[in-house]
Amino acid sequence: MTSRVGCLAIALSVLAVLGGCAVPQPWVKPYEREGLSDPIMRLNRDALAAKHSEHVRDIREAGRGATGVQGGGCGCK
Amino acid sequence: MAASKPADRINARLLAALASLLGGVFVTGAARAVPLPENRAEAMVHTYKGGGVTATGPALLVRKSIADKISLTGTYYLDAVSNASIDVVTTASPYKENRNDFGLAADYAVRDSLVTLAVGASKEPDYSTRSLSLDIAQETFGGMTTVNVGFTRAADEVTKIGDSSFLDQAKHWQFRLGITQILTPKWLASVNLEAIADTGYLGNTYRVARVFGAAVPERHPRTRSSRAVKFRAIGNLGGRDAVRAEYRYFWDTWDIKAHTIEGGYSRYFGQSFLADGYVRYYTQTAALFYSDNAQGETTYVSRNRQLSNFDNLVIGGKLSFDWKKQPGLYDLKANAGVELYNLKYKNFTDIRNGSPYSLRAAVLQLYLTATY
Repeated sequence: MTSRVGCLAIALSVLAVLGGCAVPQPWVKPYEREGLSDPIMRLNRDALAAKHSEHVRDIREAGRGATGVQGGGCGCK
Repeated sequence: MAASKPADRINARLLAALASLLGGVFVTGAARAVPLPENRAEAMVHTYKGGGVTATGPALLVRKSIADKISLTGTYYLDAVSNASIDVVTTASPYKENRNDFGLAADYAVRDSLVTLAVGASKEPDYSTRSLSLDIAQETFGGMTTVNVGFTRAADEVTKIGDSSFLDQAKHWQFRLGITQILTPKWLASVNLEAIADTGYLGNTYRVARVFGAAVPERHPRTRSSRAVKFRAIGNLGGRDAVRAEYRYFWDTWDIKAHTIEGGYSRYFGQSFLADGYVRYYTQTAALFYSDNAQGETTYVSRNRQLSNFDNLVIGGKLSFDWKKQPGLYDLKANAGVELYNLKYKNFTDIRNGSPYSLRAAVLQLYLTATY
């Protein structure tokens, strides 16, 4: 029982401290994102070329996944 | 079977997360939607040549939005393969075959989310695959953060030419989670995680292993579970150029661990050209049951060099040319990409001459892209 009261007190203290903190706000405004919308900033610009490159690597390397290419996978033996 | 239990737990957890995210997307209704992907067509001719293998063919992609709510995408991909690789010439006869791959996807925009449902089918004479994918991209934090959650379920059917009695299956589950974060007006970063679980026939019906110098059919475990995490950053340098870097760590229940590191630089030249150059280094350890020439009988044995200890250095470049443009109507680009592969195997002997095997390969992609 004592430990429960202790936990509750700690939780309330943490909430009280967090309540005093400012919630982070988006710091890059939409009008500041022109440099990010340029095609040069796209990680996978052309879907077919990205899929082909991933297929070539999937066949030859055991490492796979987390490429960011939608669907992923090899679909081959 | 031990590999499937953690995979089941992850499946349940990720499916629950996916369901709650989907619920949130559809319950909130449609007030303001993220933009759909632009209408687009791509036509490509691709070639891979190296190590006795040539794979070439066309690939097509067409994407069109309907009523500003749904965008449909169709893809077709052909690999015409002529195979005289070291595995084939040392144990069998060179062969030719085609792989046809079809895909259909629908993107649906609702509020700050883009939901993508996709189906795919791939067919070779002795191997066919069907897949179903669901991906959700959710913008949050004033558009500074994009969260991606995705799932793919695939089922394969494996047969063997020359042995009509052989028929087996494999099933695959892929779970993806990604976060892309705007850091500054010039820099983006992303983290991607992917868990993949496989069950069924995970080997090759034709490939052989070596035990005491004798050729025996390879024997692979029927389960595999893998994880991968990738970190990326890309920055606009402000002088019409950009730089990027990425790192991926991969590990699986076959005891393979792999590191991939890649860096690239992109730059506009004049009003019409965009050039990219990149270097990628990949290295991996061998699977527990991989052996160049096993000196004992074991339950599983493989001489698949994809499961061996090797590294791969890739140097690549792309050039994109603004061919024709009618503002508000269409934008046509001509593109060319080249990749040079340099694979060095540390424990795979070329049994024709007794030396460690290595290969060099070149990949060429020529393609047109049009947005309209």
